[in-house]
Amino acid sequence: MGLVHEIDYGTPASRSDKQVTLTVDGFSVTVPEGTSIMRASMEAGIQVPKLCATDMVDAFGSCRLCLVEIEGRAGTPASCTTPVAPGMVVHTQTSRLKDIRKGVMELYISDHPLDCLTCAANGDCELQDMAGAVGLRDVRYGYEGDNHVRAKNDGAANFKWMPKDESNPYFTYDPSKCIVCSRCVRACEEVQGTFALTIEGRGFDSRVSPGAHQLFLDSECVSCGACVQACPTATLTEKSVIEIGQPEHSVVTTCAYCGVGCSFKAEMRGEELVRMVPYKDGKANRGHSCVKGRFAYGYATHKDRILKPMIREKITDPWREVSWEEALTYTANEFRRIQYQYGRAAVGGITSSRCTNEETYLVQKLIRQGFGNNNVDTCARVCHSPTGYGLGQTFGTSAGTQDFDSVEHSDVIVVIGANPASAHPVFASRMKKRIRQGAKLIVIDPRRTEMVKSAHIEAEYHLALKPGTNVAVMTALAHVIVTEGIYDEAFIRERCDWSEFEDWAAFVAEPQNSPEAIEALCGVPAETIRGAARLYARGGNGAIYYGLGVTEHSQGSTTVMAIANLAMATGNIGREGVGVNPLRGQNNVQGSCDMGSFPHELPGYRHISGDAVREIYESLWGVKLDNEPGLRIPNMLDAAVEGTFKGLYVQGEDILQSDPDTKHVAAGLAAMECVVVHDLFLNETANYAHVFLPGSTFLEKDGTFTNAERRINRVRRVMSPKNGYADWEVTQMMAQAMGVDWNYQHPAEIMDEIAKTTPSFAGVSYDYLEKMGSVQWPCNEKAPEGTPIMHIDGFVRGKGKFIRTEYVATDEKTGPRFPLLLTTGRILSQYNVGAQTRRTDNVVWHEEDRLEIHPHDAENRGLRDGDWVRIQSRAGETTLRALITDRVSPGVVYTTFHHPNTQANVVTTDFSDWATNCPEYKVTAVQVAPSNGPSDWQVEYDEQARQSRRITLEAAE
Amino acid sequence: MSLDEHRASTREKLIRMANQIATFFHSKPRAEGVEGVAEHINKFWEPRMRRHLFEIIDAGGDGLDELVLAAAPGIRRPAEAA
Repeated sequence: MGLVHEIDYGTPASRSDKQVTLTVDGFSVTVPEGTSIMRASMEAGIQVPKLCATDMVDAFGSCRLCLVEIEGRAGTPASCTTPVAPGMVVHTQTSRLKDIRKGVMELYISDHPLDCLTCAANGDCELQDMAGAVGLRDVRYGYEGDNHVRAKNDGAANFKWMPKDESNPYFTYDPSKCIVCSRCVRACEEVQGTFALTIEGRGFDSRVSPGAHQLFLDSECVSCGACVQACPTATLTEKSVIEIGQPEHSVVTTCAYCGVGCSFKAEMRGEELVRMVPYKDGKANRGHSCVKGRFAYGYATHKDRILKPMIREKITDPWREVSWEEALTYTANEFRRIQYQYGRAAVGGITSSRCTNEETYLVQKLIRQGFGNNNVDTCARVCHSPTGYGLGQTFGTSAGTQDFDSVEHSDVIVVIGANPASAHPVFASRMKKRIRQGAKLIVIDPRRTEMVKSAHIEAEYHLALKPGTNVAVMTALAHVIVTEGIYDEAFIRERCDWSEFEDWAAFVAEPQNSPEAIEALCGVPAETIRGAARLYARGGNGAIYYGLGVTEHSQGSTTVMAIANLAMATGNIGREGVGVNPLRGQNNVQGSCDMGSFPHELPGYRHISGDAVREIYESLWGVKLDNEPGLRIPNMLDAAVEGTFKGLYVQGEDILQSDPDTKHVAAGLAAMECVVVHDLFLNETANYAHVFLPGSTFLEKDGTFTNAERRINRVRRVMSPKNGYADWEVTQMMAQAMGVDWNYQHPAEIMDEIAKTTPSFAGVSYDYLEKMGSVQWPCNEKAPEGTPIMHIDGFVRGKGKFIRTEYVATDEKTGPRFPLLLTTGRILSQYNVGAQTRRTDNVVWHEEDRLEIHPHDAENRGLRDGDWVRIQSRAGETTLRALITDRVSPGVVYTTFHHPNTQANVVTTDFSDWATNCPEYKVTAVQVAPSNGPSDWQVEYDEQARQSRRITLEAAE
Repeated sequence: MSLDEHRASTREKLIRMANQIATFFHSKPRAEGVEGVAEHINKFWEPRMRRHLFEIIDAGGDGLDELVLAAAPGIRRPAEAA
């Protein structure tokens, strides 16, 4: 198998269309104009010795090792900083170059430890490789004298020596091994965009310094790992490599965290994962990563993982470990009993946005074919269901319009209700890079997020609107564009329905939609709205990126439509650099929606009432499908409370923690007779479960994930499932126990079925993915290589549809009892409900959820930073500690929901989006007051959770 | 909250959901709005939910937006319990 080797070309690729031909060591090479000699040589297979160059960052020219001679030119220029020229004749190895290189290496090694045998980089050290490459045999200077290597010189303290910094949980910084090549500093700046590292001192005193001579953990470092990847020595090294040693084989796979869908090489030693290294050929991430994907995989082997199936008759009983057969037979019997007793529609299931497309497809198939109803839903219900509805209505397809590369061509970037720096960090890095190159930024968000202002990034306009006023602000932006006549008439006439545009334009032009009229409502100065509208409409390529701050509202779907209207009105659709792009929360939200996880539609977004579509599946599956839409998650819980819904199969989702109005969710679950939780851990929902089926991690199975750019990426198994079975196998066994005849041998066969039945996936197969790396759907005869950008020559639905978007204030209003608005979000180091990240060392960055509150509101209430506070809404109350910050405006408070004991969703209400029932997480009217500690509910909940996690020992042998 | 209280809130929720849909379609021309409400409910509401909606409508439609009532003839009455 071996390691997947990636070529380091030394400098980034040139984008020029013009080709240049030169000769390197007698070989003719043709490369784009602007390519460095170093890169051109490497393309010809000739590796010029180098230390400070790597193709993830721009050339720097400091190590003086990559020198070459060029015929007709004087001296020995550095090949990394010298561009190619037509007819150039380059020599990479001459006696003069040999002498210089050897001399340079001799100097490097004279101030470097000689512990190569026991060094963690042994086997993966570029310094050692270069010493070998230049034939260094002796260091004439000796190793005595001034150095950075030894703690003591002749018994006296050596002040140039610095101890190892082991503060970061995932990597170490050993200054004694540093050659000051600046690769880490440049990776932090150019690739990640955090600027946490610098070179302090001058000359022999130069060294890498996190922040202002701080520890890595105390600095601004976000632990993305780019510096560790860039380091040519053991100066920055993964702790896992120090502990385990160098990997011996690697497999390319896809990260299971956010919707960016980064490609990684899982570097292995046997079945042990040594490290995850971002894959340069990964088209979503282009060789970059964040702290979660790069380092936070420890949950996969965490002791909390449940590896044996368990059942219990009552949720007050302790769990009893049983065989797979017993667990599945019990489940099948219970579901059949419930259907016999309460009707066919009394059971249902939830697919997981964390599982693969194939697994999701099977769960919805089990429900439609095996259960005989359409009671299937997915966690996208609570995040991006309004995206599906809104973009479906306006454009005709339920997905983002661009690939991530598109941002490199944007001139104006609009970020609405999203904080990519925390939730989609790798894409944020690419976005920030474009902004540093000059693209303008508009942020529409109640909070002053990291996107508004950070190192070398500042938003031109920040519309710090009041939570719940998105539609008013979007419509006001449209008002400016229409009334000032800065819409793209040619585009609209060609691509959209002109009379619908006229109707919409008349509506948005009404005076009550003007920025001046809504200023008081949304709290954004009219001039700011006008400026932002003008910039977006006339600033060149305008791209909109949005997140859950758009969708998780009573008017979530309306806001999505308003965004689509804006893009159509300004002609910002259908080419590189523009578009409407939902930033998806979980790794496979896009995929789970594509795979027919919604109760009203079959895979490929085809409504269940369509006879022709049902016929495709009926003939393949040999059953009659129900033509009525099924229950959505909140409806399932309502029906459970009512007594008509009694059995639920939940794969990889924790509805008790992640869904709003916890008490209502708990009442619904408690009213069911058979709840089956299929997960890695005994999650919160499992407190109410009767059957627990152990799940497998993304490292333990084959499949595909589809990211936010519709890219279908392979997930590849690198170790055996610790629980014995991949999740698709478990669902298949459950189907078989229920008497459904399935016999898939490999997920590739499931994908074949998907391709056969879903037009937008017609061209997808595992063989094709192997060949292409990845493809973006639609992938079929019309688009054999997939579709990076949608709606190029026209909208999927035909003409783009303008829809009136009237602002309606949410019923969730502040008043004397609940004067503040609570909004929720995430932070970088944690993910979703935290089930994975809380079980990794990422907790050093976020031990608990805190309530962010403005100093003014805090002072009114006598709160100090770190105080326990009670937060109360009409739905419930909880307690957590306060964090006083002016990132939030007065009147707004904010918290994350990564920890179950915080119980943030006890406070959120059952209000939801009008079209899709997506919960209104982002607006809850609350009161905040000092508190002594956990609420009664938290104490009770904790005890109940503890009780319900008991496992009896008798059956454990 | 007792189970009964949860059930009562479910009824209120159904009315609110129907009214929210109506609110969106109020900004459309009348005929399109009436059709839009009916179509939306037909497409996304499970038969149990539509049955409850008709119970409320048949009992006089107390609390429902008039657009929902106007749309009612276009909403599919679910077949009797499956």
